[in-house]
Amino acid sequence: MKIGIVCPYSWDVPGGVQSHIRDLAEALIEAGHEVSVISPADDDTPLPPYVVPAGRAVPVPYNGSVARLSFGFLSASRIRRWIREGGFDLLHVHEPAAPSLSLLACWVATGPIVATVHTATPRSRAMVAASAALRTALEKINGRIAVSEAARTTLVEHIGGDAVLIPNGVATRRFRKADPLPGWPGAGGAIGFLGRMDEPRKGLQVLLRAFEKLGAERPGLRVLVAGPGDAEEALHRVPAALRDRVVVLGAIRDEDKASVLHSVDVFCSPNTGGESFGIVTAEAMAAGAPIVASDIEAFQQVLRGGMAGELFTTGDPDSLADAAGRLLDDAARRDALSAAALAAVARYDWSVVGRDVLSVYETVVLGGAEKVTA
Amino acid sequence: MITDIIVIIAAALLVGVYVSWRAGRIDRLHARTRLARAGLDVALLRRSSVALELASSGLLDPATSLLLAGAAHDVRENPERDLAESDLTRALRAAFSQPDFRASLKGKDGADELLAEVEAASHQVFLARKFYNDAVSATRDARRRPLARLLRLSGNAELPEYFEMDDSLLADS
Repeated sequence: MKIGIVCPYSWDVPGGVQSHIRDLAEALIEAGHEVSVISPADDDTPLPPYVVPAGRAVPVPYNGSVARLSFGFLSASRIRRWIREGGFDLLHVHEPAAPSLSLLACWVATGPIVATVHTATPRSRAMVAASAALRTALEKINGRIAVSEAARTTLVEHIGGDAVLIPNGVATRRFRKADPLPGWPGAGGAIGFLGRMDEPRKGLQVLLRAFEKLGAERPGLRVLVAGPGDAEEALHRVPAALRDRVVVLGAIRDEDKASVLHSVDVFCSPNTGGESFGIVTAEAMAAGAPIVASDIEAFQQVLRGGMAGELFTTGDPDSLADAAGRLLDDAARRDALSAAALAAVARYDWSVVGRDVLSVYETVVLGGAEKVTA
Repeated sequence: MITDIIVIIAAALLVGVYVSWRAGRIDRLHARTRLARAGLDVALLRRSSVALELASSGLLDPATSLLLAGAAHDVRENPERDLAESDLTRALRAAFSQPDFRASLKGKDGADELLAEVEAASHQVFLARKFYNDAVSATRDARRRPLARLLRLSGNAELPEYFEMDDSLLADS
């Protein structure tokens, strides 16, 4: 198929929607489809060969923060030209309700359109959803996809209509191989954590409480913490004697995640709730890290009920310390879990998720749709 | 006097443009619904074909074959399409959820491909129906507005009906 994908946010800035589009586009290309992505981007940004720049994005306050978007008649005419030259069988727009390229694409295009909704839309936007311009554009969408149940619910409540749930994929090959950070994991062993440090539901405090016990028993053991947030707040409860064995990297770049995951003997997902899928855990699985995770439903599912990683009682530091301690003492068990994790995560790979997206495309054009025109 | 006339003409023009834009919107929604319906029909047809193919493949026991063939055949005969399609879903589910159904077919010639085809076709029915009902609800919503009703903007187009059926996917096993 010939597919045109529209990215609403600037390609220069890292973000969930941008990486989703990159991974989806690459999975589709690998499956033999022709893909062109149009995205706001600065002229001097190096772009992958399948991305067409739609001009500079303008930073504007949007949705509670500053987003870099493209809008106006100039952008609309660029989109129109891209559609005319592309001869697409189908257009796939992302975040169609954001005031950017995707909305413009719906506005100028005629033909089969699929839309993916990523974020849970805040209530205030319901007003905007009622406006005629947005409604007219959204009415043209033939098939909708939501990446999470929350995104689907807000779509149903505020914009109306329904969506198919297709969760984000994991680009497993990006995590498969990476060099560990220098000096890691070290002879005494290391436990890893990735996530916001000051978000209680991510559970860093549970891991640190468990480390009080683990660290006292194992003199060389260290904890590697990566993620945004206030480190002081998280660390002040760690006993002074153990504090220099908790190494905080702070926020890291996307490319460095794999290195962090390869730097530890055991990866810990101590979340106490609020995860619908657990993308970080899945990425750790893709890196082949032996995992200890809380037994919340999302992790039970992704870890196959404990077959692809140890589960401990959610929120219980003692249970976590037991599970992690057992793993640290048993290299054979770690190897077995690593292999099981790699096998289990394959079903969340983009190549599989891409097939689900493709079946949405095929369904939308099934009734004999014309090509996209503008 | 002249200005009054100009104002009236301008207002009439504006109203005309607005009404024709609204009519165009409704027209587009009907087109979207028709396309989605055609897609749903193709998806349903494809599903009954692969179900029939599975039934006549000789891979299944005669009772399951007969059950599937009957249900797949019914959807083409029964005027109550939604009921017949739901019955086919249930027949497929009953067949697939037999203990060791997959294990018993493992390694048989063409079995894996055929099962994958049935599953893909069932999934496509699920998608196509979702997109069709979505289009129907947008169309009905637009037609319900007072202006659309007052000026009969939808012309003679029939009010699209939802297609309700049991299309819950085959159980994971």
